[in-house]
Amino acid sequence: MTLAPTVSTGSTTKGRLVDQFERGLDAPICLTWELTYACNLACVHCLSSSGRRDPDELTTAECKALIDEFERMQVFYVNIGGGEPTVRPDFWELLDYAVAHHVGVKFSTNGFRITPERAARLAATDYVDVQVSLDGATAEVNDVVRGEGTYDAALRAMANLRDAGMKDFKMSVVCTRHNIGQLDEFKAIADHYGAQLRLTRLRPSGRGADVWEDLHPLPEQQRALYDWLMAHGDQVLTGDSFFHLAAYGEPLPGLNLCGAGRVVCLVDPVGDVYACPFAIHDRFLAGNVRDLGGFDTVWKHAPLFQELRSPQTGGACTSCSAYDACRGGCMAAKFFTGLPLDGPDPECVKGNAADALAGDRTRPGGSRDHSHNGTVRNAPVPVTLLRRRPSAMCDENPLA
Amino acid sequence: MPVHEAAAWRLSDSVALRPERFGALAYDFHTRKLSFLKTPTLVDVVRRLGESTTVGDALSGAGVDERERAAYLQALGTLADGGLIEERSP
Repeated sequence: MTLAPTVSTGSTTKGRLVDQFERGLDAPICLTWELTYACNLACVHCLSSSGRRDPDELTTAECKALIDEFERMQVFYVNIGGGEPTVRPDFWELLDYAVAHHVGVKFSTNGFRITPERAARLAATDYVDVQVSLDGATAEVNDVVRGEGTYDAALRAMANLRDAGMKDFKMSVVCTRHNIGQLDEFKAIADHYGAQLRLTRLRPSGRGADVWEDLHPLPEQQRALYDWLMAHGDQVLTGDSFFHLAAYGEPLPGLNLCGAGRVVCLVDPVGDVYACPFAIHDRFLAGNVRDLGGFDTVWKHAPLFQELRSPQTGGACTSCSAYDACRGGCMAAKFFTGLPLDGPDPECVKGNAADALAGDRTRPGGSRDHSHNGTVRNAPVPVTLLRRRPSAMCDENPLA
Repeated sequence: MPVHEAAAWRLSDSVALRPERFGALAYDFHTRKLSFLKTPTLVDVVRRLGESTTVGDALSGAGVDERERAAYLQALGTLADGGLIEERSP
């Protein structure tokens, strides 16, 4: 989403726009639609724990009916993801259908299937944007997270898109402990391919919960990221990812609020509607598009969404001087690290979550897991698995 | 880009408006930019631009009084800068 300046007429403005957004909109302005749980990769931080297709995924006809509903609600565009959306045999058909029905599409891909032919077709289609995932500016950093050969595949896809004349497609990076030092290199790669750089926050959602402790940026790296974003903010997209960093001082470009259930939501491959893309868990399930009344009714009337749109209490954060800037941070990040929802974000830049993180907490775990359960070609081999010291001496005697 | 009362303008072809409590969202399918029109009156003015002979007529039709005209013309100028509205022949 690119936000243009708001237009008001001064005297008649009723309160800040953010306050309006907190009470919710008639339709989401940023709707993510995970089209399938099937994926040809097995990234260690996958938000949706994707891998295997769910047998109950929406059919082509159901997908088209949902697009019709988006058109009626004037959902201007959807962010399609997965899994790897291009794995669905009807993906290109659905893409054309959405565009023909005035629903713009931005889809995320690992790039494996963006051939020169596909790239040419994408470049020729208005209202379609492509986002290629890359989590390291070098293969060494990227492939540990996304899998062997994925760096080359992403660069090949971007070269195909550039050569086909596709302008301003996105190169999307999840910021980790190992790539924060590569921000300038990422920008150079994006510039080289005529792409726009998009940086997003690593969330402890899905399989991300298992690697978050080892991969999330360290406090001094968060500061470096903030400074970099302040210096390059106008050339980089963040999907409003880093509003928890606003507590450093100046707000970053964007809305700087948690949009969950207010301006943002997620439709998963089986039609379940969640409050946001980082909250695939029963706690944040609002309904299903197959329910009576469809997506429209879920969005407008789901009790969960009503609750999220009602005034929130800042809890322990209310007394903090930065609360107005960060609003307590990301709901999903708190939930999946086992922190109270009305307390500080686990990556609170004031360090206010440190005690809670060090104390007893129970991580809720995932309620959906579509991870591959067999061997996956390219599967990443996390190098951090054995970094913690073993809690006991190894048994020397195998029978002991 | 200045918008004058005597000129004729319209909502750009690639732009769609979606009514909201506070006014409207405007989305440009070409630039993929989302903008916010922060008052219902401004939305009314923008909707009237296409059918009104002049910008001034659209302002009158939406009930914008003399004292507020300058502010509305400035707001329309901002929309014009973003390509959300375009000048047309009268």
